[in-house]
Amino acid sequence: MPKGMTVIDKERCKGCGLCVAACPFGVLAFSEEHNSSGYNVAMAQHPEKCTACMVCAQICPDVAIEVYRLDRAESKGAA
Amino acid sequence: MSPVETSIPAGYTKVFGRPNSLSDAPTTYCPGCHHGVATRLVAEVIDELGIQERTVGIAPVGCAVFLYRFYRCDFVQAAHGRACAVATGLKRANPELIVFSYQGDGDLAAIGTAETVHAANRGENITVVFINNQIYGMTGGEMAPTTLAGQHTTTTPRGRDVATTGYPLKISEMLAQLDGPTYITRQSLHDAPHVAKARKALLTGFQNQVEGKGFSLVELVASCPTNFKMSPQKANKWLVEQALPAFPLGDLKVRD
Amino acid sequence: MSRTLMRGNEAIAEAGIRAGCRCYFCYPITPQGELVEYMARELPLREGVFLQAESEVSAINMVYGAAAAGVRTMTSSSSPGISLKMEGISYMAGARLPAVIVNIMRGGPGLGNIAPAQGDYFQATKGGGHGDYRLIVLAPSTVPEAAELIMLAFDLSDRYRVPAMILADGMLGQMMEPVELPAPVDPQSIPARPWALTGAKGRDPNVVLSFDLDPQGLKEMNRELQQTYREIQGTEVRWECVDTEDAEIVLVAYGTMGRIGKTVVRLAREEGIRAGLVRPISLWPFPYEPIRKISAQVPTVLTLELSAGQMWEDVRLAVEQRAQTPFFGELGGVVPTPRQILSEVKRYVSS
Repeated sequence: MPKGMTVIDKERCKGCGLCVAACPFGVLAFSEEHNSSGYNVAMAQHPEKCTACMVCAQICPDVAIEVYRLDRAESKGAA
Repeated sequence: MSPVETSIPAGYTKVFGRPNSLSDAPTTYCPGCHHGVATRLVAEVIDELGIQERTVGIAPVGCAVFLYRFYRCDFVQAAHGRACAVATGLKRANPELIVFSYQGDGDLAAIGTAETVHAANRGENITVVFINNQIYGMTGGEMAPTTLAGQHTTTTPRGRDVATTGYPLKISEMLAQLDGPTYITRQSLHDAPHVAKARKALLTGFQNQVEGKGFSLVELVASCPTNFKMSPQKANKWLVEQALPAFPLGDLKVRD
Repeated sequence: MSRTLMRGNEAIAEAGIRAGCRCYFCYPITPQGELVEYMARELPLREGVFLQAESEVSAINMVYGAAAAGVRTMTSSSSPGISLKMEGISYMAGARLPAVIVNIMRGGPGLGNIAPAQGDYFQATKGGGHGDYRLIVLAPSTVPEAAELIMLAFDLSDRYRVPAMILADGMLGQMMEPVELPAPVDPQSIPARPWALTGAKGRDPNVVLSFDLDPQGLKEMNRELQQTYREIQGTEVRWECVDTEDAEIVLVAYGTMGRIGKTVVRLAREEGIRAGLVRPISLWPFPYEPIRKISAQVPTVLTLELSAGQMWEDVRLAVEQRAQTPFFGELGGVVPTPRQILSEVKRYVSS
C-alpha cells in the first residue's frame, strides 16, 4: 500500500497544472478528462508513488485536493 | 461540488482537506491564481485559532470581491481602498470581533494608501492580508503601484517607465518605519515551503489580534497568470526571478 | 427638565450621545468644530468611541464599519467635507446601513467660505453620491429643534435602514440658545439588528453588501430601496405652517432662512400684509402635498434660500403653476435681513 493517497475533486480542479509540476514524486498528471467547466483536470497517474507529502494540496489554488496518509500500524504491516 | 467519488481504503487518515471556515462555494479566481491559496490559508488560520464565530472579513473591490461567498463567517464588502477604515469602525464598535481585511495592491497601496498608513499608525487591532500580484487583475491587467520597473501591463504597454510612473511601491517597508504597527511581514506563495511560511505569518497576524497586540499586515507576493499572460508555472518562475528581488521576503517589523 | 444655554454644534453633539450614538468618527472642519470637540471631550466618558480620522473619506467608512457592526454611529462635517463623504454615503445607502450624517453647511462651491449657506440642498436631497438613492434629510431652524431632530434622525434611520442627514448651516451651528435636552434613549428601545455583523455564532453568516453583479439581482435590490423610499414619503413628511390660513402670500423657507422667514411674517403682519410661511422640516421626503394645497389658495408662493434656488425647484414641482413662484436668495454666505426680505414680499402683494 502506498504511504499516501490524493483525492482530487474534479469539479473544483481548474486544470492549472501547478500540482502536476510541484509533485516531487511524479504522482500527478493531466488526465484525459474535462470537467463540467471544461477544465482539463489533474489525476494521480502514479498513485503508488504518493508519500502524502501534501505539496500538491499546499499549492492547489482551488483546494481541490485531499491527502490521506497510511496509518503507522498499516505502514509497518506493509513493510 | 461533486462528491468525492474515490473510496478511501481502510488504514488511511485524512491529513489535508478543506478547512471548515471555507464554504463549499467554488472560488471565482482564474486557474493558477494565488488568491485561492491565500483565501485557503486564512481559513485554515481561522480554524486553528477557533475564531470563526467572531470573525468578520472585509471583502475588497477586485478579483476577491466575492470573498464573502468563500467563507463561513460574517462579511462586509468595502469601497475600493477603504477596508482599513471599515475595519477600524467594526473593531472600535465591537472589540470582541476578529476583523480582517483582504486587499490587493491597487486597493491597499494606491487608492487606499492613506487608510492603510493611518490604521497602521494608530496600531488598530486588526489583521490585514495584502495580496501583491503587481497588477490590477479584475479591471484587465493595468499597472499597479507594485508593478515592476519595465513590466508590461495594459497601461504600460512599453513597460513601466519609472521616470514617468514611479517605482514599485514598497508599502510594507514604509509601514515598518512607523511606531504604530506590531507585525509587518512579506511572504510569497510560489511554492509549498513558502506557502507554509505564509501560513505561519498569517497565524501570527491573527494571533496578534486575538491577544490584542495591534496592527498586523501580512503581504503575500502572488502571481496573476492571466494578466501576466503566462502559464501558472511560468508565472511562478517569473515571481522568483523578477518580483522577489524587488520585494525581498521576511519580517519587516516584529514588536512583542 | 432644566434648560441649558448651548451652541448649536454642542447641542447636536449632546443630543447625538443621548440618542445612543456609540461611535463618532470625524475630520475637523469649520464651522462645525465645536461638534467635534464636544464629542472628543464627552463621548469617551460615556462609553462611546471618538476617533479623529485621516480624512472625511475614512471617517465615513469608519461609520460604515461601525454601522455594519450594529451600533448607532454618526459623523459630522461641513460642505466640502460632505462632498468627500459622498462615496461612503452611497455605499451605506446601498448596503442599507443606518447612520446619521450632520452637514453644517458653509459657502461654496469649492472651498467657498465658512459663512452660513444652503448650497448643498441638491446634494443632500437628490442623492449626492452615485446611484438611485435618497437620504432622510431633516433641517432644523433652532438649536432646540436641532437636538430634537438628531433623536428623530437616529430613529428613522434605524427604522428604515436608510442613512439620515441633518442639514443645518453655520449660523445654527454657531448660535447659542436655551435648550431643553431630550432624555437619553433607552438602549432597549433601539430596534434589534439581526443583520448586523456580530460573528456567525449559532446562525448563518451575515453579509453586508452594496452590490449585486447580476442585473436582475441589483434590480431587485433597487426595487426594495424604492419601496422603502415610497413608504418614507408616505409617512415621514414633516413641516411647520405659520399663519398660512388667511395668507395672501406664502413664504417657503427651511433652516436658518425658515427662522428669518418667521420674523418676516411677523413684520409683514404688523404692516397689514397677510403673509404666511411653510417651513419644510423634512427636506426629503419633501412636503409637496402641503405646499400643493396651500398654493391653490394663494396667488404667490415665494421661496427663500441661502442659495441660487435649489429647494425652489421642489416648490415649483409642488405648486405646478397654481400660483406664481418667485424666488429670493442670497449667495456666498451672505445672510439677508428680515427687512430686505420684507421689501421683496411687498413687491408681490402691492402688484
